[in-house]
Amino acid sequence: MTNIPIPISGESHHQHPPQTWKTYFSFSTDHKVIGIQYLVTSFVFFLVGGIFAMILRGELITPEADLIDRTVYNGMFTMHGTVMLFLWTFPSLVGLANYIVPIMIGARDMAFPRLNAAAFWMVPVVGILMIASFFVPGGPAQSGWWAYPPVSTQNPTGNLITGQVLWLLAVAISGVSSIMGAVNFVTTIVKMRSPGMGFFRMPLMVWAVFSAQIIQLFGLPALTAGAVMLLLDITVGTAFFDPSKGGNPVMFQHYFWFYSHPAVYVIILPIFGVFSEIFPVYSRKPLFGYKVVAVSSMLIAVVSGIVWVHHLYVSGTPAWMRLFFMVTTMFVSIPTGIKVFAWVATIWGGKIRLNTPMLFALGGLVMFVFAGITGIMLSSVPVDVHVNNTYFVVGHFHYVLYGTVTMGMYAAIYHWFPKMTGRMFHEGWGKIHFWLAFIGTNLNFLPMHPLGLQGMLRRAASYSPELIGWNIVTSLGSFLLGMSTLPFIFNMLISWMDGEKAPANPWRAIGLEWTISSPPPVENFEEIPVITCEPYGYGKSELMASSEHD
Amino acid sequence: MKIRQFLNFLTIVTGAVAVTLTSLWIGKQAYSWFPPQGAAESHLIDDLFSFLVTLGSLIFLGVTATLFYSICFHRAQANDLGDGPHIEGNVTLEVVWTAIPIMLVLWIAGYSYQVYEEMGIQGPAHQLHLHNPMKMETAYAVADEALAVGEGVEHIDVFAKQWAWVFHYPESNVTSTELHLPEGSRIRLNLHSEDVLHGFYVPAFRLKQDIIPGEDLDFEFTPIRPGAYDLTDSQYSGTYFATMRAKVIVESPSEYQQWLSKAASQTPSPAPNQAASEYALKIENGIDSGWKTVEPAAPPLVNFPS
Repeated sequence: MTNIPIPISGESHHQHPPQTWKTYFSFSTDHKVIGIQYLVTSFVFFLVGGIFAMILRGELITPEADLIDRTVYNGMFTMHGTVMLFLWTFPSLVGLANYIVPIMIGARDMAFPRLNAAAFWMVPVVGILMIASFFVPGGPAQSGWWAYPPVSTQNPTGNLITGQVLWLLAVAISGVSSIMGAVNFVTTIVKMRSPGMGFFRMPLMVWAVFSAQIIQLFGLPALTAGAVMLLLDITVGTAFFDPSKGGNPVMFQHYFWFYSHPAVYVIILPIFGVFSEIFPVYSRKPLFGYKVVAVSSMLIAVVSGIVWVHHLYVSGTPAWMRLFFMVTTMFVSIPTGIKVFAWVATIWGGKIRLNTPMLFALGGLVMFVFAGITGIMLSSVPVDVHVNNTYFVVGHFHYVLYGTVTMGMYAAIYHWFPKMTGRMFHEGWGKIHFWLAFIGTNLNFLPMHPLGLQGMLRRAASYSPELIGWNIVTSLGSFLLGMSTLPFIFNMLISWMDGEKAPANPWRAIGLEWTISSPPPVENFEEIPVITCEPYGYGKSELMASSEHD
Repeated sequence: MKIRQFLNFLTIVTGAVAVTLTSLWIGKQAYSWFPPQGAAESHLIDDLFSFLVTLGSLIFLGVTATLFYSICFHRAQANDLGDGPHIEGNVTLEVVWTAIPIMLVLWIAGYSYQVYEEMGIQGPAHQLHLHNPMKMETAYAVADEALAVGEGVEHIDVFAKQWAWVFHYPESNVTSTELHLPEGSRIRLNLHSEDVLHGFYVPAFRLKQDIIPGEDLDFEFTPIRPGAYDLTDSQYSGTYFATMRAKVIVESPSEYQQWLSKAASQTPSPAPNQAASEYALKIENGIDSGWKTVEPAAPPLVNFPS
């Protein structure tokens, strides 16, 4: 192949994919390059956050706080949560969407390619600020990823630049980056669909990303405003949240969760999209109830805006508010249930192939059902009064964020890896990775539920000695989970460099991304495709005929 | 063909029965996952939780069993490159699996509401009263006042600070770092924080309430089982958060009165405090193992140091 450098300007009509690794370190405006930049960067931070987690679990393998100082423990769990959310789940999903959405809608790039690149390059800045906070006097932020005042405004060092200040700056920058991304995605999906692609001909991944990015648009300003107010409280001495000067600390919790609960749907909706793409391919059946599943994503986005107070049941919230938000929260399960049943019905009676992406998607689905059920339990006010802030909650959201989102992310990476790199991955190692990750996840997070019911609190560096049993299991599970990333990393690296060449459509899948070469040419389509039908035509003879040519 | 249909029917019925029985069994097991039932409220919450576990198991096992059956019996043959049947959906089925969850959710919400009412844990009602900008008397506030003058309610003040608990018994003017409670009486705690957010949480009571600096919150419950329990801070409060624990002793009313009079006769002395001693050790040894922290408050001076 050639070594022609890829011009940054959008006018190029080179039909070659970016060839050199240097492209990935440049300010490229190609949505595919940016997508991979996001994915790789966020995966590096995923490993960093994972190491933090294993240090935390190392501390918790014994009841006493004996491995690391309490301040270090507190800094670690704060950074674990922050890195995993702001530097792994959000950017990795934006990266996936960046790569796949424009191709899925038959576009040559995102609507604003330069904005896209600018949004990406803010992610390393956020990461550097977070890591730098370890080296300022007083250490990194130690108030949890919620940063609730007054703990977050306490400043024992007296310095102006503290870990908490850097943390808030980083979160605000991350917010700005995500808003830029959201504007870009919503515009791209509304304006740049190819001829004939009505809303009800969009693949469900596109629907899911569309819904998720709309949440970003209405939710993020609240979090960013809250972060800025907190920053002013710390640095300039305003009293938005300072009770000793007439401020209200609970107010911050509303700013924070008004965004940060919907944020969970921002994270999980694209994974629902991934499931909806993968199950039809490996079951050889159309997605069951396509239109209802599409609309259910939008419904989730709407309901997600009125559930945030379920994080504040015990924060001094009045009874009517507790009960109102209990009902709204429970109603999230309706559109979500529709999706789950639709996936099961899609798989039912199909011709199932358990390739690595399918295994990860199935594992993710099973763990998501579990997480959804504990979620309903948590939404019930009396149950939450007991388990709020305990490991029951930690177990629940790790089943969402690891069991579902990270498993779904792996499914997506394996599924689109041949498309992104033009190489096939090693199937056997993929399966080993799946079983290690699946067993590790359950070993790690299932015991957290009984621990929480017994009353073990999150964020505690020490706990009562009778809880040691399940803690040992959890810690061992976390180490296994850490190990499980190794086969993945080696598989990806070796396959990318030296894997078997991938055909355009290795999975015999239907979808625009499978009609172009692997990896796709710079502007994706030589001719903009015209769409004539709904996206999941499995079992229709004429469509199969065309896709088998590849 | 007839036999085949019958076998399918049999499989589904057997599966459904197995899933239902297993779910009922798991629901019963749920009680054993909790600490002892120290308060009247614990029973209500455990019953609700067991019900949710039964229902949840039914859904989880139902979905996973269906998936598992599919994975086992609907696999593609190695050389079969064909597709499955082209089924785009089924309106009846979709209506059913929307309607049933709606009914279940309403049922769960109704039951939860009922349990919540029976618990009557106060706290937030007060909050509404304090925060009502119109200065209107709400129904909650009125009910609150009525309860306040009720007989047999034991008032105790709870003070939380970084990182110690102090309990004040206003009627006998006793202070303690151990929370003694008479069995069978309605307890009304008045929760105060001197610095940051804290949380009052006794797992054996299944009860929790955040404590907000600058605001008084009332919190009510009824301990019913004599014994010693743990109180922990449930809202992250900084460096020594995990050390902020206290013993809760539930005892018979006569033992409680004895304890009160004994404590009243003692002169206040400093209570042992884990945060303060860990911090002192850190300063003394000059260990550079961590980062600078907010200094713990001095060990509280109380009549009854534990």
